[in-house]
Amino acid sequence: MELVIGLKYIAVALLIGLGALGTAIGFGTLGGKFLESAARQPELAPSLQGKMFIVAGLIDAIAMIGVAIGLYMLFALAPFAS
Amino acid sequence: MASGELTSKDYITHHLTNWAVGEGFWTWHVDTLVWSVLMGLVFIFSFRAVAKKANAGVPTKWQCAVEMVVEFIDGIVKGTFHGKNPVIAPLALTIFVWVLLMNLLDLIPVDFIPMLAQQVGAAMGHDPHHVYMKIVPTTDLNMTVALALGVFILMIYYSIKMKGIGGFIKELTTQPFNTPWLYWFNFILEVVALLAKPLSLALRLFGNMYAGELIFILIAMTGIYQIFGLHFVWAAFHLLVIPLQAFIFTMLTVVYLSMAHEHH
Repeated sequence: MELVIGLKYIAVALLIGLGALGTAIGFGTLGGKFLESAARQPELAPSLQGKMFIVAGLIDAIAMIGVAIGLYMLFALAPFAS
Repeated sequence: MASGELTSKDYITHHLTNWAVGEGFWTWHVDTLVWSVLMGLVFIFSFRAVAKKANAGVPTKWQCAVEMVVEFIDGIVKGTFHGKNPVIAPLALTIFVWVLLMNLLDLIPVDFIPMLAQQVGAAMGHDPHHVYMKIVPTTDLNMTVALALGVFILMIYYSIKMKGIGGFIKELTTQPFNTPWLYWFNFILEVVALLAKPLSLALRLFGNMYAGELIFILIAMTGIYQIFGLHFVWAAFHLLVIPLQAFIFTMLTVVYLSMAHEHH
């Protein structure tokens, strides 16, 4: 039983951690490109910023799904560490 | 819970349980239904009150706020939707304001309304430990999937209406490889892409809101002095996530419906 509990924690850690890794790289690239383009054409910066938030929401999606599933597994799924 | 002592696990699972009536397939999450309908009514009545007393010369502050929201949605729809459909803009406005209002319920402190519900339940003779109430409807997967299903049905309806059933099937089988040998392969890819859209809409909103609410609950367990600082920090971050998620849901709805309207 302890084995299953331990595996559950490892599973949650992998779920949240790997999701965070991909998201961080994605956001870094996105932000960098936005800053580059805003420096090249400052008049487009507001419009580009709106589009950046849209893409940011898309990047965030799968990672957040992973976080939600991970937290659900941790707190609402048996077995629990007593 | 038979011991009468509230453990931390009990506290968390208590706050993560919906007020469910019935069992199996016919479980109704009454708290989700009540709060979502309540927020819908708040939206309808407040916007309608502005529309009836609209004063072009001297707008009141609330009228200005409503006008800002309507203009914002108008800009989005004009910029993104390239078809002719009078339903899209009101749909986008409804989705945006409704999801925003439901998400804003997450900022109410975690224990306020559940405790009130517990008092009411105890007064009515139920065991207070088994009175559950989750006030944020969008943390319930049922609510977000219902919203996404509505969008999905509209997507398919407008695809078939604009392109005809033949055109719709043709679009599903001839992208991306336009050879009859690969129609089946295209179909599988396109169906997966088609199903991924409402699924990702639902899960994105659910995941963000559920994680936010869970962290509020976890902070509430850390102790009375830590709460003030941590709650403030997380609420400030969550204030960004709430309108962002409503905006992304609206934006993607408009984009998907625009894709359903276009011919090739």
